[in-house]
Amino acid sequence: MADVKKTATREAYGKFLVEYGAEREDLIVMSADLSGSNKTDGFEKAYPERFIECGISEQDMMAEAAGIALSGHVVAASSFAMFAAGRAYEIVRNSIAHTKANVKVCATHGGITVGEDGATHQTFEDIALMRVLPDMKVIVPADAVSTKILMKQEFDTDGPAYFRLGRSGVPEIYIEGSDAASQLKVGKAYEIMEGNDVAIIANGIMVAAAMEAAMELRERGVKARVIDMHTVKPIDEDAIIRAAEECGHIVTAEEHSVIGGLGSAVAEVTAQKCPCRITMVGQHDCFGESGKPAELLKKYGMTAEDIVKAALQ
Amino acid sequence: MKTAAELNMIARDIRIDALRGIHAAGSGHPGGSFSVTDILTALYFGVMNVDPADPCMEGRDRLVLSKGHAAPALYATLAHRGFFDPEEMLSLRHMGSFLQGHPDMHKCPGVEISTGSLGQGFSAAVGMAIADKLDKKDRRTFVVTGDGELQEGIIWEAALQAAKYGLDNLIAVVDWNNLQIDGVVDTVKKVAPVDAKFAAFGWEVFNVDGHDMQALLDTFEKALKVSGKPVCIVAKTVKGKGVSFMENQAGWHGKAPNDEQLAQALKELGGEM
Ligand SMILES: Cc1ncc(C[n+]2csc(CCOP(=O)(O)OP(=O)(O)O)c2C)c(N)n1
Ligand SMILES: [Mg+2]
Repeated sequence: MADVKKTATREAYGKFLVEYGAEREDLIVMSADLSGSNKTDGFEKAYPERFIECGISEQDMMAEAAGIALSGHVVAASSFAMFAAGRAYEIVRNSIAHTKANVKVCATHGGITVGEDGATHQTFEDIALMRVLPDMKVIVPADAVSTKILMKQEFDTDGPAYFRLGRSGVPEIYIEGSDAASQLKVGKAYEIMEGNDVAIIANGIMVAAAMEAAMELRERGVKARVIDMHTVKPIDEDAIIRAAEECGHIVTAEEHSVIGGLGSAVAEVTAQKCPCRITMVGQHDCFGESGKPAELLKKYGMTAEDIVKAALQ
Repeated sequence: MKTAAELNMIARDIRIDALRGIHAAGSGHPGGSFSVTDILTALYFGVMNVDPADPCMEGRDRLVLSKGHAAPALYATLAHRGFFDPEEMLSLRHMGSFLQGHPDMHKCPGVEISTGSLGQGFSAAVGMAIADKLDKKDRRTFVVTGDGELQEGIIWEAALQAAKYGLDNLIAVVDWNNLQIDGVVDTVKKVAPVDAKFAAFGWEVFNVDGHDMQALLDTFEKALKVSGKPVCIVAKTVKGKGVSFMENQAGWHGKAPNDEQLAQALKELGGEM
């Protein structure tokens, strides 16, 4: 997929904010000293009066976000995933989830593709942490176009949500205005490739890897179904049950710990509704380290090749 | 004991190697590394009791780099102090290197605790100083924080605790460069006056020019004599100190120089390619 156009999902988020800000005057965007990295700086330029800079105070930002949202605004609060979901966790739980505040926690730099900054900045736990919170929607878009579409839907809906966005460019999967793009719905999985031999359920950057893996598998005579499970919560149970029944083997692929993330969410459904063999591709219970994103994905087993191996198991 | 002039020469070499590392890595944080270089040099070469041959020596002084993104400055300081070969700086941030993007205590000798998430190092240092009091260990804990970092509430929670326990074995240094990522600290979320705040929190406070080596040495000497309360040294610094085009530029917080910029910077610092 070398010649495909690549855009980081955080870039799409930044563009979405500027567009959506024109549509909704009650949109407030908050930063914790990372406006350039989170791509909220475009919104700051366009609507300086609706941009709240909190400085390096992620916990304060999340509680302030709750206060602003509960006063009648929709709030996008951003930091690195490590700090948005990690540092501010209990505040997100009690002040945002429990209060059902209309705060969209938009976290960038999730996962190992953070790269050279190393272990303290690579989070593999954020989806797990957010997923256990009642009333919190959890969305992990695969590319720029789906980021914008899912954000628009979610920002139009009242209540808390967590978006996990990436640092590095990802290939374009959906085309704006296409039939596929029009079928993207929060809470509904999208079947990108058909097949009944094995189902690959992926999200985030692993969707592109899953498609590449499915292509490789096809050459080996294995028809893989590829499902973009962009919404981890509420999870599309029907899509999982169908995959289990029709394919008999599910491979989950995520840039996250296999403990508590997408793989676990899928397993929770199959275990209770339609037991099925699951092989999980993701971070296997260890911290990361400094390195180039591609090197790290390879070392920690999150490449198309790893998905192929898992599918053939 | 080395003179301030000698320490200045060491600091120059530390800046050069820190930047060579950042350049080789293609990423990293030169601005905050250069503002803190003279402080680290004064500490490791003129103040702290450490032994590069025995990084875990019983009774050693400990330093926590709470602003962990300045790892290149810490690594180059440790290297020149003899903890490892300065040429290792070229492996900075590379896959498999012990010189991680942020300090990793399990990988790099001389690093007391892993940092990188701002604010936590400060609290951890308070914990270390409390432990030394409990264990009746006569040694010091030094902690270096950024000024933007002071916006983290955890710092002030720990500051109260340090005063409560009268931690005169704890010396905090604030790298007061008045810049963070999103701009000027005073504008992003003003923390000043830092000296008055720490004083109000029950700390003994000293102000110093963070690039005046003799003044730094003198201030640490005074700080070590304080008894009954923790000490905060507010060191006025210049972000990117030593390289004209990096000085006072928020844009050089987290960016590696290209080949040309490296050559220019090394020329200004007095090093060679
Ligand atoms: C908890 C946390 N939030 C955000 C960051 C991202 N970050 C890294 S450096 C930095 C700015 C630090 O500014 P300052 O403390 O003034 O450091 P200096 O100017 O000395 O580089 C930020 C926001 C982080 N590392 N940790
Ligand atoms: Mg600063």
